[in-house]
Amino acid sequence: MGELSDEMASAEAPSLTYRRHLENGKLGYQRCTNCSAAVFYPRTLCPVCGSGALEWRESAGWGTIYATTAVHSRNRDPRNVVLVDLDEGFRMMCRVESVAAEEVEIGTRVRFGVRRGEEDEPVAVFVREGS
Amino acid sequence: MSIRGKSAIVGAAESDLGNVGPGFTPLDLIGQATERALADAGLEKKDVDGLFSASVYYQMPTLSAGEYLGIRPRYSDATMMGGSSFVSHLLHATAAIEARLCEVALITYASTQLSEGGFRGVSDPPNPYETPYGPRYPVSMYALAASRHMHEYGTTREQLAEVAVAAREWAKLNPKAFMRDDLTVEDVLASWMVSSPLSILDCCLVTDGGGALLVTSAERAKDLRKPPIYLLGAGEAHWHRNISQMPDLTVTAAADSGRRAYEMAGVGPEDVDVAMLYDAFTINPILFLEDLEFCEKGVGGTFVEGGRIAPGGELPVNTNGGGLSYNHPGMYGLLLLIEAVRQLRGECGERQVEGAVVALANGNGGVLSSQVTALLGTESVL
Repeated sequence: MGELSDEMASAEAPSLTYRRHLENGKLGYQRCTNCSAAVFYPRTLCPVCGSGALEWRESAGWGTIYATTAVHSRNRDPRNVVLVDLDEGFRMMCRVESVAAEEVEIGTRVRFGVRRGEEDEPVAVFVREGS
Repeated sequence: MSIRGKSAIVGAAESDLGNVGPGFTPLDLIGQATERALADAGLEKKDVDGLFSASVYYQMPTLSAGEYLGIRPRYSDATMMGGSSFVSHLLHATAAIEARLCEVALITYASTQLSEGGFRGVSDPPNPYETPYGPRYPVSMYALAASRHMHEYGTTREQLAEVAVAAREWAKLNPKAFMRDDLTVEDVLASWMVSSPLSILDCCLVTDGGGALLVTSAERAKDLRKPPIYLLGAGEAHWHRNISQMPDLTVTAAADSGRRAYEMAGVGPEDVDVAMLYDAFTINPILFLEDLEFCEKGVGGTFVEGGRIAPGGELPVNTNGGGLSYNHPGMYGLLLLIEAVRQLRGECGERQVEGAVVALANGNGGVLSSQVTALLGTESVL
């Protein structure tokens, strides 16, 4: 565990700890110290065993596309929405950047990054391996 | 102690459907459906002492419906788990009736979304782990499931389209269906893409509509106007709310709810004459056919080929035309049960499944989130 994670152990809301990881360019997730489950989205209780003893970890940021859709809207390019399985054993919704929405394929290896959202908030994204 | 055969549906009716016009409220449609269901059953409003409803309009739906209808229930249940809620209400009503907490239960729902201008869904707060990515709720979530099924099992867009075409063929036989013109697989494939792989004709209708069901004890049901349609078994299950939390996008909680319902009913999929499978999107019936054991996991796409679930096919599915072609008022589960009751009473005219004695209704809610399965039967299978 990094320094960042230690000092945030239980002092703030899970959503804010997650966001602080993003602000620092990191993808935070939780690991249950009782049953070892990887937990995402962040919670106050492990959904597998019920323990409250969750610790923050930093993901290495590598994952594989599990499911994908291209969302179409009038007068703009389709946007991609995916579910990514991270190597640490959790899944999250995200988008894959630098590729046409319809060309994102299940099974593709992707790497985590952070972009700024419409209100300058940090948003997790992925890019394809090698891009 | 099993509740098999302890309750029966004795009244079933829709409100006006389709596009009811400006000014009507969901409660107006609930009023229409309730009057018609009472007449269908030969019951009076004062007989109703249990009230069940769910809504995306009214945060306290049984209070709103009770006030409008002038019903003061002694048992009130506003269980809300999306479109499956009303199948859940049937199970809960049966438990309450068996426990003598009420005797005549009214289950009712309506929406006037089309007359108001379009789809009206739930209004949960934004989810910081999904909302930033802009999925279109709920279609993108079902599209993700479809993408995974296609990847793992080779399911094709043509097979998804077969579900829509079968629904339309049934709808052509139902005078109350919203869409009754010709539809081909090619039409579905050529329609505009909403959230790949689902195009607009893979998606359910957006209509006004509603309904009412009356449920009472098997004992009281015997003396009423129509032949009782008994609840043989029911089961409910939910495993997630958000699609990113669904453990395996190709397996729904209907695997649990179905098993519970079959076990209580003492019947299996081979006994089902009519299957009403909540078809918000074309991928749904494929998943439910698998999870409810009509076929093995992964072969649902092949199963629906060649008109197998269409009129004249081996397994009649969604004989009213379904949410895809008949009506889909935001939450559709109550209309599944109304059609199942009518099939078992033999009231379905051109679309009647000859000799139907067992019907299955599988309600779906959220984003493949909640599943509630009910098995209904005529007196001959009690």
